[in-house]
Amino acid sequence: MKKYFLGIAVGLIFVVYSTVLRHQHSEPVIAPASLSQNSSTTSIPSTTPSTSSTSPQFKDGTYTGRIENAYYGNVQVSAVIQNGVLTAVNFLQSPNDNPNSIYVNQAAMPYLKHEAIKAQSANVSIVTGATLTSQAFIQSLTNALNQAKQG
Amino acid sequence: MKQTELIMGMPITIEVVDKAAGKYFKALFDYFREVDRQYSTYKKDSEISRINAGLPKSKWSREMKMVLDLCEKTKKDTKGYFNISHHGKIDPSGLVKGWSIANTAKILLNHKVTNFYIEAGGDIQVSGKDKDSKPWIVGIRNPFNMNEIIKTIAVASEGVATSGTYIRGQHIYDPFRPEATIKRVKSLTVIGLNIYDADRYATAAFAMGEQGIGFIESIPELEGYMVTDDKLATYTSGFERYVVNV
Repeated sequence: MKKYFLGIAVGLIFVVYSTVLRHQHSEPVIAPASLSQNSSTTSIPSTTPSTSSTSPQFKDGTYTGRIENAYYGNVQVSAVIQNGVLTAVNFLQSPNDNPNSIYVNQAAMPYLKHEAIKAQSANVSIVTGATLTSQAFIQSLTNALNQAKQG
Repeated sequence: MKQTELIMGMPITIEVVDKAAGKYFKALFDYFREVDRQYSTYKKDSEISRINAGLPKSKWSREMKMVLDLCEKTKKDTKGYFNISHHGKIDPSGLVKGWSIANTAKILLNHKVTNFYIEAGGDIQVSGKDKDSKPWIVGIRNPFNMNEIIKTIAVASEGVATSGTYIRGQHIYDPFRPEATIKRVKSLTVIGLNIYDADRYATAAFAMGEQGIGFIESIPELEGYMVTDDKLATYTSGFERYVVNV
């Protein structure tokens, strides 16, 4: 039963997380956007676990999830529980670029062009972006919340 | 007509212009679910998990062998940067996503459905035109601000894939030149003839770090747009022909 509730909580968080990822260009939603941007503490929308009547009562504290492989590197999060509710997710580890790149295509380099990136208010049908770490994110968060349950 | 489902840990969206083609949605999403059952390393009973647990090669499915052969071929095509072996286990997910989107597109084309797009976790195959008979318009997400689009491109039958991490980590330094901070690649978007190529090359080129965009430039069928942590974009010589000025 515990697992069931936990599944719902993590599922809800992920649905919010992925829904926001899909609609970021149109809806400014604070939490999951900044959630992915830095390793500092990020608030989770209070609508996620706290309003659910089936939401489990976690023990207060900070719980560190397992390190999960996210193809390019590791993802590890910690979950902060306040008043029995998940209030923040911290990224402790995130995939890094491969710093040991040895392949240099010098012949191609002169053809490349550069520009400063600039936000556009575009009306687009589809958005391309990276979402590679989502499954690793869920796994590490699930592990952290399991600890909070057993806390 | 458009539908989104959460499969393989990510939202997958299919849009068809001809409403009648909506009858194929179930089969298409079922296909993605089947792929997930076979290739998810997060599922203990998936074929790939059983292989990693020691399933003898004689019991691997024909399709799995074919996919792993494609991975091996891609490794060769990308000078070893596309590598599915990690810590003694294999994870072909870097290829399977683009491959399964491409297969889904083939199912629609086989049913004479020509105007559609399929998007799985930010990787896209488009075909034909949108409902206003215009090219499909794809926005490249700002890796520094998930609410923003930083580039708008128009595509007709191409695949578009983005590899990257939106999570900021430690700064990386070149051990041989400690004074120079290595530019970290935040995202690399690749446009290819199809999503299978765009995805596998985006995956490999991202692993090359800053040199990845040069690798994309060296392949005539591919164009790319790389964003580094200094908020600069570097793009290939043919990329501009896709750009929509907004």
